[in-house]
Amino acid sequence: MSNQLSLTAAELETLLDASLDPALSARRNTHLAEALAAFARDQQEFVLHWTDVIARTNTEMAYLFANQAPEGLRRMALADIEAWIVQAMDVYDRMGLFPACKVFREVAGFAAEARDNACGVAFEDISGVLELFVRGLSGRLLKLESSDELYTDTDVLFLPARVARLPDREQNFRLCKAMAAHQWAQTYYGSFRAGLNDALQRYPDPERALRLFHALETIRLDARLARDLTGLHREMSELRAALNENLCPAAWEDKVARLCSAESSVQDTLALLAELYNGELPAPVSYQGTMHPDRAEAAVAARIAREKGEFRTALMQMLGEKDGEYKESAELDLLGRFSVTPNEEREGEFSFALNLDGKPITPPDNVRALMDSIIQDLDQIPDDYLTAAGDGGYRRENEEKKPEDVWKGAYHEEGAFLYPEWDFRRQHYRKQWCVLREIDVHPVDEPFVARTRHKYASLIHGLRKTFEALRGEEKLLKKQANGDNVDFDALVEAWADMHTGREMSERLFTKLHKLERNIAVMFMVDMSGSTKGWINDAERESLVMLCEALEVLGDRYAIYGFSGMTRKRCELYRIKRFDEPYNELVQQRIVGIQPKDYTRMGVTIRHLTKLLHEVEARTKILITLSDGKPDDYDGYRGDYGIEDTRQALIEAKRDGIHPFCITIDTEARDYLPHMYGAVNWALVEDVKKLPLKVSDIYRRLTT
Amino acid sequence: MTARALKTEEYRITQEPYYASQGDEIALFEAAFRNRLPVLLKGPTGCGKTRFMEHMAWRLKRPLITVSCHDDLTASDLVGRYLITAGETVWVDGPMARAVRAGAILYLDEIVEARKDTTVVIHPLADDRRVLPMEKTGELLEAPAEFCLAISYNPGYQSVLKDLKQSTRQRFVALEFNYPKPELEKEIVRHESGVDEHVAAKLVKFAGMTRNLKGSGLDEGASTRLLVHAGKLIASGIDPRTACRSAIAEALTDDAEMLAAVNELGASLF
Repeated sequence: MSNQLSLTAAELETLLDASLDPALSARRNTHLAEALAAFARDQQEFVLHWTDVIARTNTEMAYLFANQAPEGLRRMALADIEAWIVQAMDVYDRMGLFPACKVFREVAGFAAEARDNACGVAFEDISGVLELFVRGLSGRLLKLESSDELYTDTDVLFLPARVARLPDREQNFRLCKAMAAHQWAQTYYGSFRAGLNDALQRYPDPERALRLFHALETIRLDARLARDLTGLHREMSELRAALNENLCPAAWEDKVARLCSAESSVQDTLALLAELYNGELPAPVSYQGTMHPDRAEAAVAARIAREKGEFRTALMQMLGEKDGEYKESAELDLLGRFSVTPNEEREGEFSFALNLDGKPITPPDNVRALMDSIIQDLDQIPDDYLTAAGDGGYRRENEEKKPEDVWKGAYHEEGAFLYPEWDFRRQHYRKQWCVLREIDVHPVDEPFVARTRHKYASLIHGLRKTFEALRGEEKLLKKQANGDNVDFDALVEAWADMHTGREMSERLFTKLHKLERNIAVMFMVDMSGSTKGWINDAERESLVMLCEALEVLGDRYAIYGFSGMTRKRCELYRIKRFDEPYNELVQQRIVGIQPKDYTRMGVTIRHLTKLLHEVEARTKILITLSDGKPDDYDGYRGDYGIEDTRQALIEAKRDGIHPFCITIDTEARDYLPHMYGAVNWALVEDVKKLPLKVSDIYRRLTT
Repeated sequence: MTARALKTEEYRITQEPYYASQGDEIALFEAAFRNRLPVLLKGPTGCGKTRFMEHMAWRLKRPLITVSCHDDLTASDLVGRYLITAGETVWVDGPMARAVRAGAILYLDEIVEARKDTTVVIHPLADDRRVLPMEKTGELLEAPAEFCLAISYNPGYQSVLKDLKQSTRQRFVALEFNYPKPELEKEIVRHESGVDEHVAAKLVKFAGMTRNLKGSGLDEGASTRLLVHAGKLIASGIDPRTACRSAIAEALTDDAEMLAAVNELGASLF
């Protein structure tokens, strides 16, 4: 349309007259037509079209629109103008003519808002990419959250909910990236390492000192980035140029050299701060944000304490693996056997080697990550990390439940299953130690299943398609007694056999055959108290989705929930047995899954292994949906629980069962590989994504 | 130019294939070879397993016969079969029989991809019997001292259907491979792709970043092979960011968000 000639003012006036009926409004449309004549044909037709449409609702409003349209066309794209019109019409419907006309009059305001919407970026849109970006940079797990203030406490990077300072989306995304990178640099290059808070409090005006410190530190970090991440540094410089900002005031230029050297540390910044304290305070750059040394120091202190314990526990585990036995922690002298030496070869980077008995060893990934994290906070691994620990790690303090609650009513063991439990300290089983009962989940008649199906309708559709494709996996079978095509290889072979005087095979055909998926899978669902709320919902939704998918696939499956309290009351909740169809009752039981008590995993695995053992299938899988470590009231926690669970899983593997664990515990890396094996687990960090992920993981696992 | 056609067992590697040793794997392999033990190479994709085999074949001066396993690989594809020419039946050796006859190194790449019934045919060759029974011809091939069997396997797969059976794996001397240490990896990238040390260091750093993302949405980090690919593109004048995107990021993932993150990481370095 745009290549057509624009309409002249006279032509426009005729058309406008037709819509706006000058006889009624008593206005002349000449000046409207003249203003519009300057625009392109498609813009003119757009305005004419909408004037006509609006006029059917209200002529006065249509006139006002035609009047404002040239201004609108200058400020907005056609799509935005349409949104503007729709909003005005909407206001007219709800509130009447006067407010609606106001919308048309405030064209500039609407255009600004539209531009903001079009070019700004919202935290939700970018947090996924930036979180991965930051994780890639550092290896340490840093979370991103949106907040009114731009700062970091070294655990979480806080970014604004919306950034629209620059004229287009791309540049605003760059700004967000710079914000995240600057905060990451604070944690990575140790801005908080030097007791910053105390140092700043010594100044007469700590607030001013902090701002000055931040400005200087930004210069130091910028220099570090220039050395390590050239591309990022260039982008950040371009951003400053675009925003007309300056990192380093002219007065500082000859003073900051030592901040820019390769060995600069936060101490240099503090030293320079003392020197420049009375000078001018430069304006902060826009990705700089603020600093909260107090919050950061609190987070660092908490992390240091936690990681110290974890590190010692990890070292003891490594010792245990090396020596083949696991001694009580107090007897061990970690310092005597482990040492940490800095790596000489790489300068400017934190790199330390761990030695055991004088020989360098390669620590597992989780220990490596832990060491990196400790070094980021402390610049080294202090010797006291290597002295014998009390009880580090694996602690869980929720003792609020009283054992007497358990013992209401008469206790008996009739109809229960008895199972042994592995005591790693004794290296022996405790016989008949656990008492386990199977109980049906009480069915609940609520439209949860229908709701879930509705909520994930499109996803279920996609799932079905993927799983159908799996089921329909056709395979060309060779050497069949009958089939669709001649198997040439078999024919040649048969011919050869005949000529060498052997018996000729009759299996000379190929046949397309649907691959038989001979798989039985058992789902073991965590029903402990800690799954209350979100997690429970996500678990139930996951099960609904999974059942939908498995029904398509035709794999045999069973679902059991588990919980309990103490070894005398381990409970297994039947949701679906292998021989039960997926019917309404099963659905109601899924709805009826509730958070109960604790998680004693070993006995559950032993019982489900027994059930799986009774099923005929070529491949048997036991999948655990879990939210944390094994944990029960009577001392079943820490190493004891983990070792018993590990032992139960080893027993399952001996029975030809493949165990797998899907967890939402972000600390799973520390213990799941030990229990399930290095690759037999998956972490779903975002609980909300559990329903999507579980089916996907299952698909990956069985193809 | 026409390609030369050679029989696999006659093809010798004459030029030393570049291989930078990560540890004592060369000595281990030589010891296994001398003791006639079969070898299992474990490790993620693109960390140098195949290159190591080429290097060892050159070092030991044996022909190398490589079979990439797939799920349609039958036992007779490996051992051999009768074919017919002009009304006569002719026995044709498969790669395995040829390797045994020639005293070659037989390398079965990605052994878990082969059907389970196929993996079993290597059993008699992989223990102290060192024989290949050929059912069809009624022969029993005895392997000469120079014959060596090596298989490779990536333990990172999560599929329960792709696991190596105990009865198979317990016959082998296992060598574990991993991505080389940064210093060494830098040297490898530099040597293989022709980029300068500075660019190689950045590529290695980039690989480290992607390996940080393993488990957070990436199944594997960037392999050394991908770094070499990117390095080659850069050496031929492609913009480093573009090279990282095409040779590394796009090869790692299809997930839009992850792709964006990996691209941003690549762009941060160059």
